[in-house]
Amino acid sequence: MTRHLLSIDDLDVTQIEEIFTTAAQMHDVQRREVKKLPALRGRTVINLFFEDSTRTRSSFEIAGKWLSADVINLSAKGSSASKGESLRDTVLTVTAMGIDGLVVRHSASGAAEQISRWIDVPVINAGDGTHEHPTQALLDSYTLTRRLGSLDGKHVVMVGDLTHSRVFRSNVKCLAKLGAQVTVVAPPTLMPAGVSDWSKEAGFATSYDLDRVLPEADAVMMLRVQRERMSGGFFPTAREYTVRYGLTRDRLGLLQPGVPILHPGPMNRGLEISADAADAVDSVVLDQVSAGVAVRMSVLYHLLAGEPALNEGGQA
Amino acid sequence: MPTHAQSASAGRVVLDAGDISRALTRISHEILERNKGAEDLLLLGLQTRGVPLAERIATNIAEVEGATVATGSLDVTMYRDDLRSHPTRAPHRTQVPDGAVDGKTVVLVDDVLFSGRTIRAALDALSDIGRPAAVRLAVLVDRGHRELPIRADHVGKNLPTARTERVSLHLVETDGEDEVRIVGSASGSKGGEA
Repeated sequence: MTRHLLSIDDLDVTQIEEIFTTAAQMHDVQRREVKKLPALRGRTVINLFFEDSTRTRSSFEIAGKWLSADVINLSAKGSSASKGESLRDTVLTVTAMGIDGLVVRHSASGAAEQISRWIDVPVINAGDGTHEHPTQALLDSYTLTRRLGSLDGKHVVMVGDLTHSRVFRSNVKCLAKLGAQVTVVAPPTLMPAGVSDWSKEAGFATSYDLDRVLPEADAVMMLRVQRERMSGGFFPTAREYTVRYGLTRDRLGLLQPGVPILHPGPMNRGLEISADAADAVDSVVLDQVSAGVAVRMSVLYHLLAGEPALNEGGQA
Repeated sequence: MPTHAQSASAGRVVLDAGDISRALTRISHEILERNKGAEDLLLLGLQTRGVPLAERIATNIAEVEGATVATGSLDVTMYRDDLRSHPTRAPHRTQVPDGAVDGKTVVLVDDVLFSGRTIRAALDALSDIGRPAAVRLAVLVDRGHRELPIRADHVGKNLPTARTERVSLHLVETDGEDEVRIVGSASGSKGGEA
């Protein structure tokens, strides 16, 4: 297994499948009365979050605790970072306390990778700017494989604010590795710059027309409109976005029966996803949340439980 | 993945298919005798080769008593005390029927009993799942060299071995043949599942 998990690029298909196999066992543990496994007993994991997060942070916290690790949450608000300490000093200080793993979220793309060069313990990227969010992509694909079986040849449609989405970037890579066909849909203003070259290279399709793509989808993944990252006018009004690109009640009718609807959360109900879609029978939004804990348990286990030097050697 | 060619060329056969079948039949009868019937029994096979052994014992018991015995599988990867000294591997399935542990007599079934550390891990894993009335241990082969105060209640065959030897146990379900071999090993590899 890889030493750090900074990007989906760190994993090959075999490793992704091994993470899923382990996650499936972790999923079973979630249903037990005693949810703890002793695999990380005596290890300390710090969740270092420089950006707001509820579900990812608590998901990592629960995952670590169910593996018997000691988990400490540090957020930028009220920490020394707000007193002017540099990222490097913050990270070195935290590491010097004797931790075994660092889960980090930062608003700057590449922050996790930079941190992994400074310290000697495994670093897990829990979202860096608009770059990557590998555990989210893993849990999305894991949720899909539980629902659809193998993703080979399956058509996954991703809709929304692609420009600002690290979830999209990680997912495109992860789904491609698992053999899925991906079509991404967004208004022209929210298509990332250079997407035409990139999509050819990475093998995904782009479209501006949601209505035409939805009937061919095996799964549809709605992305959040990230207003906090938007400085300019990317679309005239929220209403217009919803009419063209929201998963409205009318658009639900375009989907084949049983097509799962995903959303990484938090959902803007009424903007990118209607209440009808969010609460539909085929909405797997809450499955994603529980899968998130299982997948993060699996990632923590594979990165932290084994012998570090041997771990870099690959498969057992 | 072991092949016939490999297994045929290495070591000596100590149990063949007939021996294994007879040993399992005896173990099945012993379990029934000890439990005074098939009531409230759970046969819990340790991953990986303990699982088919538990199934075979359950089939034997069904033939003798005409009663269906609950079976399950237990993976102890997360409970091992040597996690740190190996690269991680994905755990196998733990599957225990609902309510099959609490108040029941659980018979742990494994292929080879060696250091006893796997069984120690299994006891820990079991206590996180429920509270059995009693736990017993059935193994196909006991090769000695215990490192913990653990012994089996039902043993198919006691095999005195040297620490440097390896016990290679194959089952039809996992390896395509029923056979137990002792393979002399100069490299001192530990071998055996337990």
